[in-house]
Formats: sequence, structure tokens, C-alpha cells
Amino acid sequence: MSITLALVLEQTLNGLQYGVMLFLMAAGLTLVFGIMNLVNLAHGSLYMVGAYLATAFTERTGSFVLGVALALPATLLVGVVVEVVALRTLYERDHLDQVLATFGLILFFNELIAIVWGRAAIFTSVPQFLSGHFRVLPGLPYPTYRAVIILVGVAVAILLWGLVTRTRLGMRIRAGASNRTMIAALGVDIRLLYTLVFGLGAALAGLAGAMAGPLYSVQPGMGEAILIQVFVVIVIGGIGSIRGAIVGAIVVGMADTLGRAFLKAGPALASMSIYLLMAAVLFFRPEGFFPARSRS
Amino acid sequence: MALAAAPASAQTVKIGFITTLSGPQGIIGEHMKNSVELALDHLGRKIGGLDVEVIYGDDQVKPDVGKQLADEMLKKHKVNFVAGVIWSNVMLAVAPTVTGAGTFMIGTNAGPHELAGKMCHELFFTTSWQNDQTPEAMGKYMQDQNITDVYAMAPNYAAGKDMVSGFKRYFKNKIVGEVFTQLGQQDYQAEISQLRAANPKAVFVFYPGGMGIQFLKQYAQAGLRGQIPLYSVYTVDEISLPAVKEAALGQFETRYWSPDLKNEANQKYVTEFRKKYGKTPVFYGAQSYDGIMLIDSAVRAVKGDLTNKKGMIAAMRQVDYKSTRGPYKYNVNHFPIENFYLLKAVQDPSGELVMQIQRTVFESHKDSYAGECPMKW
Repeated sequence: MSITLALVLEQTLNGLQYGVMLFLMAAGLTLVFGIMNLVNLAHGSLYMVGAYLATAFTERTGSFVLGVALALPATLLVGVVVEVVALRTLYERDHLDQVLATFGLILFFNELIAIVWGRAAIFTSVPQFLSGHFRVLPGLPYPTYRAVIILVGVAVAILLWGLVTRTRLGMRIRAGASNRTMIAALGVDIRLLYTLVFGLGAALAGLAGAMAGPLYSVQPGMGEAILIQVFVVIVIGGIGSIRGAIVGAIVVGMADTLGRAFLKAGPALASMSIYLLMAAVLFFRPEGFFPARSRS
Repeated sequence: MALAAAPASAQTVKIGFITTLSGPQGIIGEHMKNSVELALDHLGRKIGGLDVEVIYGDDQVKPDVGKQLADEMLKKHKVNFVAGVIWSNVMLAVAPTVTGAGTFMIGTNAGPHELAGKMCHELFFTTSWQNDQTPEAMGKYMQDQNITDVYAMAPNYAAGKDMVSGFKRYFKNKIVGEVFTQLGQQDYQAEISQLRAANPKAVFVFYPGGMGIQFLKQYAQAGLRGQIPLYSVYTVDEISLPAVKEAALGQFETRYWSPDLKNEANQKYVTEFRKKYGKTPVFYGAQSYDGIMLIDSAVRAVKGDLTNKKGMIAAMRQVDYKSTRGPYKYNVNHFPIENFYLLKAVQDPSGELVMQIQRTVFESHKDSYAGECPMKW
């Protein structure tokens, strides 16, 4: 098979789209990890909750856009409840306790979803108006829905960038990532800040899940499939940094997609490519590309 | 239903049924368990005239858990039969444990080639198939149609490779691409772009469970559904159809059974399953229903004497029960010699998507490993 320019371009778009999806997940995870020092394995569950809620709301309202729009605040609310009920007590504990507790949350959410919606995958499809193709270049059709995902992801990245660098809340988030004790000493309500950050991360994961619904299989346990790659993203990008999450997600998305498409060394190596990349990054920059400046 | 001739009428037949009941794959176990219960309903809650107790175990798709369950069923519950098991790797851990303890193992799904060949055992029977048989049928059909320039895809693990090699045992035309993807992969867009660029005349895939749902949706979204015909094994079934709907329309599969197979036992099973559970049954269920019926036939033949294992082996070899697939025979390795059909996903008059039999591909098809089995009878 000859490798044409159009094919390389198409695969680049595929990599970008995958990267955008990873970014939406990674943004929340990296903030929670960086600011709250919490390893949250249940981040994938919020992605699953987002996918199910969006599907349910879409069915109710008959509109995909409305379904996704309603799923966002709903997932945010679920995130806030989880933070207040379960995670608050874990901040002072060590990482092993957090991993155990959030792993418990994964089991809880998977069974809860199975009780409410059943274990079988449920039906989702790309809405009619986004189901076609458009021509990026002559001879290069690209699915409209995937292009929309790229646009939404870029828009969210810009908004988040603005929020973190240009607003008061963003300043506090950055301060929280750099030095938790100091920001608490300065009189910022750190509890409220944590709840807000966690809710925001949940909403972003929910958005990723809602948009993933029509592409992937919406079933219990769907969140765990993507979570590993998201951890790779935040490790490469640097924990606690939105900029790192953007760069890490694009790098991982590209490496994975282009590796699968063009590496002729076999499927085993292609599926290892992102982990090899992570090992290389950790060797040269142990803290990732853009670590949040922290003093421990 | 009391059998006056039964030597120990107070006796209870104990069956340990191992399947997957939790996690994403728990849906398969649910269908199997429901089918076991339906079979018991149809038998008046008796096995061969004796009272019956079924102990269900959840293997969590883990061979070590499956083995522990088998040990517990054998030692604590003292079961007379162990049945079920979805996954080949779990089966390879469970079957030798059970048969080694002198107890019957009735497989109702997994058919790893080891158990059909060198590791065959007189106490092991299966009501399903050997893994290679289904892709062999697809290879034969596509070869018979003289389809060429085929692009093959499967996940990169033991069963994925078996499926492709089984396919190639009967398909001898040109294969333009062979791609193995990561097990559990969600997004196939990169592979689909490569596939489109290779411009094949047909595509053969094996993507069980959630992978299949993802692949089919993305294949349709890429606009390839109407362009390049898709042939598959274990990718579209009655569990995944409601989740993919139109994206599966026109899909070809090969299988030994289908809900629309016309025979009395099958029509009873499908109708009553729909009535009791409100769903269309799937082949995993039909095999499990058959498993219980096979056990019933054996216990009936020895008049409830559960110590007469020789008698039960002889009875099971006769296949003296009404299978949902219609009549079949056992090969020397206790794997069925059975028909395989070509199925197609079509819309029925009510608008529901169903798998429908198009034609018979193999009549009385034997598996390729029976020759390696030292058993003689």
C-alpha cells in the first residue's frame, strides 16, 4: 500500500481528534491530581456517567445538542456529590488509600449503571445533521462528527486557557497547584475551591463521554478503557498543568494513531508506542513537559 | 414426574454453572443463566426425574477465579456436573480440574482447540463448537462466492489469530491486508482510513462484544457500509444488534444456530424466552439450554443412578435430546458434528433488526482437531 499525502493528512486529523478526546479527560484529571493531590481512578466513571446521561437526555428531548448540554451540568452535579460525600476525607490520606477508595467508586458506578440501564450496551448514533462527510481537500472526505469533536475540543482548550490564566478563579487554581498551604493561609476557601475544580473536571469528562457515545460502545466499564491513556497524557504533559494536558494529549493522540497506521513493525509495537514515548519523556524530563511549579 | 424406578428418589442432581455475571461481559452470563432457568422450567424443575439444584458461579473473565469456583463446586457442593464457561482461557483452567476429579464437564460455549485435540476427555462434552469451525464456514462461503482482495481484521490475541487462521484454512483467494488491533481497542478510525486506502473488495473481521459495536458504528460512519461488504464472525449477535441497529444492516455472519432456525425445540425455546425475558435469545443461551437438556438425557438414561458414569457417557454420545440446532452427532472428541449457516442482518416486518439464515454453508461439519484426540468409541 502506498502512503499518499492525503492518507497522511487524514491520519493526522484522526490523531488530532483522538488527542482532543484525551485532552478533555486529561484536563480534569491533571487539575485534581495537581491541585488536590488526589489520584482519582474514578475519573473514567464520570466519563461513563456523561455518556449515559447524554444518551438518556437525547432520547427524552429528541435533540442531541440539548442532550449533551443537559448532560454537562448533570455530570458536574454528580462530580460535586462524589467530592463532598466520598473524596473529601481522602485528601490527607496517602495515595494508596486514594487508589483503593476511587477503585471502589469505579465498581460502585459500574454496578449502578448496570442496575439502572442494564449490562447490555445501549444504542447511540451520530445525529442526522452531523452524520455526513465533508471534503477537507479534493479526494479527502472526513466524517463531519469527528471534525466537530476537534472544533469543540479546541474551543474548550481556549476557554480553559482563558479561565486559568485570565480570571481570579484561575489564579487561585494555579496558586493551589503551586502551594496548597500558602493559599489556605491567605484565606482562600480551599474546600470550596476543591469542590469547584472537581466539578469542573467531572463536567469535562462528562463532555468527553457525551461526545464519545455515538462513536464507541456505551456500556458499563467504558471509562476504564480510556483512563490508562489519560494517565499517560498527564504524566507526559506534567501533572497539574493545563498546558501540559494539551500538549500531552496531542502528542499521545498523534503517536498512537500514526503508530497504528504507519508502523510496519507489528501490532504489538504499535500498541506499545505511547508507553515507549512516556518512558523516553520521563527519562529526559522526569516531571513531564510543563510541570506545575510546585514547592513541596 | 416421579419416576418409580429411580433407585434413589431422594437424591438431588447438583449442577455447577460457571459463567460471567459481573462487569461489561455480564450480559452474556445473564443470557446463559436465563436459558438454564428456562430449560429447567421446561423440564418441570427436574433433571432425569430427580430434584435439581444449580449453583451459579461468576468467573469475572479470569481463569484463576474460574478454577477456584470449580474447586469449590467440586469439594464443597459436591456437584455431579460442571457446565457453562464462556472464555477459552477460563475453560482451559476449569475443564482439566473438573474432569481430573472424575466429574462431568459440559461446556456451553468455549471450544479451545486443545480440548478438541490432545486434551480431549471422556468426561468432557460440549454443546457449542470448536473455535475454528465458525470462521472456517465464513472462509468456505467467501471462497465459494469467489470473492477476492479481502482485508482481514481481528484483535491481537489468541482467539483473534485462531479466527483468521481458521478463515484461511478454507479461503484461498487473495488477502490484501491482515491487521491485528489491540485487544479492547475503542477507536478504529486509523485502521479504517488504512482499509479505505487499500481498496479491498470485501472485509472479514472478528470483533466480539463492545469492540464489534464500536467497529460497526465507525465503519458505517466512515461511509463504507454501502461500499465494501463486511463479513464477520462473533461480531454481530442478538446482544449487540439493539446497540448498533442500522449500522449492522446487511452484515454477514456464519453460525451454527439462529433464532429463526426452523425446528420444534428451537421455536419453543425462542418463543418462551421472548415471553419470559422480553428479549431475543442469543446463541450463548441456546447452547446453555441444550447443555441442561443433554444432562437431563444422560440422567434419564441411567434412571437417576448418578454413579453410573459409563452409562451417562454412552447416553450423551447418542445425543438423545431435542437440540435447538436440530439433530446432530458427536465426533470422537465429544465436539458436535453440525451444520453451519450464513446469516444476514435484516429488518423484519416490524422494523426490528434480526439475524436471518440465508443458506447452509457446511452440512455436518467436523472440527479440524478430532484426529489428534486419542479417544476411541
